[in-house]
Amino acid sequence: MTVGPQFRRVARFVSPADRGFAAVVYGGSILFALLIIGLFVELVLGSWPSIIAFGPSFIWKSSWDPITSNFGALPMIFGTVMTSLIAIVLAAFIGIMAAVFLADFAPQWLGQPLSFLIELLAAVPSVVYGLWGLFVLAPFMRTTIGPALQHVLGWVPLFSGPIYGVGLLTGGIILALMIVPTVTAISRDVLVAIPRDLREASMALGSTKWETAIRVVLPAARVGVFGACVLALGRALGETIAVTMVIGNRPEISASLFAPSYTLASVIANEFTEATTSIYTSALIELGLILFLVSMAVNALARFMIWSVRGSERV
Amino acid sequence: MTAVAGGELLATQDLGAYYGTRQAIAEVTIAFRRKAVTALIGPSGCGKTTLLRCFNRIHEISFDARVEGSVFLDGHDIYANDVDPMAIRRRIGMVFQRPNPFPTLSIFDNTIACAPKGLNYQGKMEAAERALRSAALWDEVKDKLRTSPLRLSGGQQQRLCIARAVAAHPEVLLMDEPTASLDPIATAVIEELMASLCKEFTIVAVTHNMQQAARVSSVTAFMLADETGVGRLIEADATSKLFTKPSDRRTEDYISGRFG
Repeated sequence: MTVGPQFRRVARFVSPADRGFAAVVYGGSILFALLIIGLFVELVLGSWPSIIAFGPSFIWKSSWDPITSNFGALPMIFGTVMTSLIAIVLAAFIGIMAAVFLADFAPQWLGQPLSFLIELLAAVPSVVYGLWGLFVLAPFMRTTIGPALQHVLGWVPLFSGPIYGVGLLTGGIILALMIVPTVTAISRDVLVAIPRDLREASMALGSTKWETAIRVVLPAARVGVFGACVLALGRALGETIAVTMVIGNRPEISASLFAPSYTLASVIANEFTEATTSIYTSALIELGLILFLVSMAVNALARFMIWSVRGSERV
Repeated sequence: MTAVAGGELLATQDLGAYYGTRQAIAEVTIAFRRKAVTALIGPSGCGKTTLLRCFNRIHEISFDARVEGSVFLDGHDIYANDVDPMAIRRRIGMVFQRPNPFPTLSIFDNTIACAPKGLNYQGKMEAAERALRSAALWDEVKDKLRTSPLRLSGGQQQRLCIARAVAAHPEVLLMDEPTASLDPIATAVIEELMASLCKEFTIVAVTHNMQQAARVSSVTAFMLADETGVGRLIEADATSKLFTKPSDRRTEDYISGRFG
């Protein structure tokens, strides 16, 4: 070695402060990993009796009968996926358009307070959304929106059947309202961060503000906007109380969006206190495990899509 | 102040520009020679970029920005009430200091992004080839038109931006320090390009590089901020004359390197 002795490393962390700091940051990040592994292990252990009793058919069976202890998760998986899909489609469209408006069109006196209000919406407790959904939105769905949709689109199975007010569509709309602030706020931040010279390049060659926003700014921000939507979708999948209040809580699969349904999270919240047999409890925990895995899968898929988009743009 | 006689494609009259209450330039009256390169020179902060941005009404998209006086394109005041800024910007194209291709569009789509609408595929292809050829980029990109512009070098990206501006069929090309972020070789390519483009377009180029102004322009305009920080046009003259026998003392000080 040509390095002089005065440069030789004695130890990785020399001072006690260094060592303390290292312990805190290492410990913190390891704690997160342990937490998620522990959660998974705990869920598997808790649902083990149910996994043994019903096997993989738990996922595609649609009976949910506590009396005969016959459990299948399909209606809840269906309800969870459908409400979240409705929510993300509505919320992505409205949220992204609102973000474009806030980032590029709203004058400052309007944009600042609006952005603040939207972020405030995200802080409203979900039970409040649930109350509003139950007493305002559900009746309105039954008397106005539902019949109107049915009048126009009644020939599509999605919009056929009796309208109860509570149901898949109402659940999806409540979820959409709850996640729209997330989509809007994050997308707006991403759009604002797009360099100004890109906007000017488009404007300076005769494009209108709209053309610039839709053809240049939004595509340049697509990775971040997509990330905002995934974050919102994650919230929609796991959201419990507001959906429970407006979805109708019936473990059935129906083609109609007006039909009552059930989600994984709502079943757990509703029935955990009344689960009298150990197999019932175990089946509920297995629903939790499925929800955990679905959320993980959605996030992993989103990560993967973001990577692939970034990868193709890499120089 | 040397004002050139009438009939010019682009001219200004008592032009002033503001950011909020701060005046950036004042009382600029100048006319630009048709199908020639005019260089705007001057020290940093003298308002030359602001002046350039007034010519295609892009100055006004900045927050709280304002313009007074007139800019004439072919004798018509582009700041008149009934003028559509978008239509003006299609006739007066712009190239920026930093290459700024649209990152999510392919090289081909970038080239025709601002071209006149309503072309079929064949028409788009021809327009793209013509623009890329006049930007001296065709031979380098013809086999990768569908790939991302971000894979190109800085100089190539800047020529792509020039092609994009050319494809919009402008009459005037504004260039805001088009070589400021490029290496000397890429700079030489762009300078050659300016010499060939001025056969077709009226070019106004901002530069902080006096050698560049001397090399590429036939007319040079010198700007300087006064003691209150407001940019003013000191003189505009044939480049050869301005660099050898300037009529203003301040121009002479600047080009001989006494300040700036």
